[in-house]
Amino acid sequence: MEDSQKKLAEHSGKSRLEKIGKTISFLCIAFIVFVVLSILYFVASKGIATFTKDGVSLIDFLTGKIWNPGSIGENGKPLTGALPMIAGSFIVTLLAAAVATPFAIGAAIFMTEISPTVGKKILQPVIELLVGIPSVVYGFIGLSVVVPFMRNTFGGSGFGIISAAIVLFVMILPTVTSMSVDTLKSVPRYYREASLALGATRWQTIYKVVLRSATPGLLTAVVFGMARAFGEALAVQMVIGNAALMPTNLITPASTLTSILTMNMGNTVMGTLENNVLWSLALILLVMALFFNILTRWIGKKGAMN
Amino acid sequence: MSRNYIKGLVYFSALITFGSLFFIISFILIKGLPHLTPALFSFHYTTTNVSLLPALLTTFMVVGLTLIIATPIGVFTGFYLIEYAEKNNKGVELIRIATDTLAAIPSIVYGLFGMLFFVTFLRFQYSLLAGVLTAVIMVLPLIIRATEESLLSVKDSLRQASFSLGAGKLRTIFKIVLPVAMPGILSGVILASGRVVGETAALMYTMGTSTNLPDSLFSSGRTLALHMYVLSSEGQHVNESYATGVVLILTVLIINALSTYLSSRLTKETTK
Repeated sequence: MEDSQKKLAEHSGKSRLEKIGKTISFLCIAFIVFVVLSILYFVASKGIATFTKDGVSLIDFLTGKIWNPGSIGENGKPLTGALPMIAGSFIVTLLAAAVATPFAIGAAIFMTEISPTVGKKILQPVIELLVGIPSVVYGFIGLSVVVPFMRNTFGGSGFGIISAAIVLFVMILPTVTSMSVDTLKSVPRYYREASLALGATRWQTIYKVVLRSATPGLLTAVVFGMARAFGEALAVQMVIGNAALMPTNLITPASTLTSILTMNMGNTVMGTLENNVLWSLALILLVMALFFNILTRWIGKKGAMN
Repeated sequence: MSRNYIKGLVYFSALITFGSLFFIISFILIKGLPHLTPALFSFHYTTTNVSLLPALLTTFMVVGLTLIIATPIGVFTGFYLIEYAEKNNKGVELIRIATDTLAAIPSIVYGLFGMLFFVTFLRFQYSLLAGVLTAVIMVLPLIIRATEESLLSVKDSLRQASFSLGAGKLRTIFKIVLPVAMPGILSGVILASGRVVGETAALMYTMGTSTNLPDSLFSSGRTLALHMYVLSSEGQHVNESYATGVVLILTVLIINALSTYLSSRLTKETTK
């Protein structure tokens, strides 16, 4: 009697195993949160050091047009104007996205609305495979095809914003196309049927019904592509020329946040102003990544409401 | 009239999209295949023979170690989010924001964080270990997302049947849910390995670019993608760069094809 009571009161081996399983899962979650927080903390604390420790003003950093952290400017402060890189990053990203969007959506329409069988059987797997092509391959193609082509067409060195934008355009094309295809496919069939039943032509249906109701998803795809373009480092660095100058036209060497980071991070000493200011550039990248993330969430919510 | 115009545009953009991607693949293959000599697969790298075998082997090491660490963490995180946590829990929302944030961070920022934390703060130096740990953080969101999606695709009736027979949560997960969700999780894991193979920026500042095969966790090395980056930016071994590109692209394409195949098998099974 006593024995069986004791046995009932004790936790069995099985239930202990259950507890262990739950604990492990919880620890993994805690680990993820810890990782995210420490990334934010480490990059932010380094990036902010430029302003707190080295006394660079945030306005000078964001609006200054001369980047030469090693030397002192006329006002007695280091030349840490990051505007050339910020402008470079935004121009390259927007150009690439602006060119890629129509092509990606056009290709997606072709794959879902015009020839769905070929699209589903051949083109979609192909696009999904191509999403994984390493960015260094795009950079190398840019270096050996786009840059010489630019040099021969426009003169100069061939390195520049337009070369970077072309490389990024091709790089984000599979991603944006593949996401657009998923979105167009998720438009319910009865939308199309209802539109066709009302006498709309196929093109009117695609343009007025399918694209309209897929807009939030398509926007998400484009923002996703932009985020990828904005954060791409080596492929851009190989073709943009990496001159930290205010971009005056599209065919002379310029630079982006990522390209200056990859070029200079290895050549500066940890803890110096030259190094800290690079971390400030990394902080801008991080903030922009968070911004793109919030933007996609917001679009998703808006789209869900409609 | 205008209809033909739009139709033409759609065909044109499809042509450009697939044409440009086809061009890239065939360009690398045509330029690289003739230079893919046996010498490139010699075991030792020298300045005259820029062998890619050490880099290829290092790549496999990095991918293997990364998956060994990242898969359990990612899969258990998925378990917690789908199986343990209550639905509409505020904490779950927070964690989803955290993983989304991880997924959105550019790889160069991962690399810099890895340099700061693993290389400098934990004094690992430029090493295989620092590179692997950075890659782990980078692929976690991919594995978590894949696990979540495939767990969600398992019907609740299966779980309820298991519970009603007296099985606990963990037993249900491992004996009932996991076997059904396996192809999806596997496909996510394989996708993650493809990502590691193609990664350069995150590994450059954590693994260094030593040309030797790393002999311990604490020695530096370079993966194939890094090898190609260094070769092509030096600009002295253009033909070898193309050949390396061929091997790199083929590796990634095989990995991705496997992943696509597995996930298509999952959708087939769940829609049966």
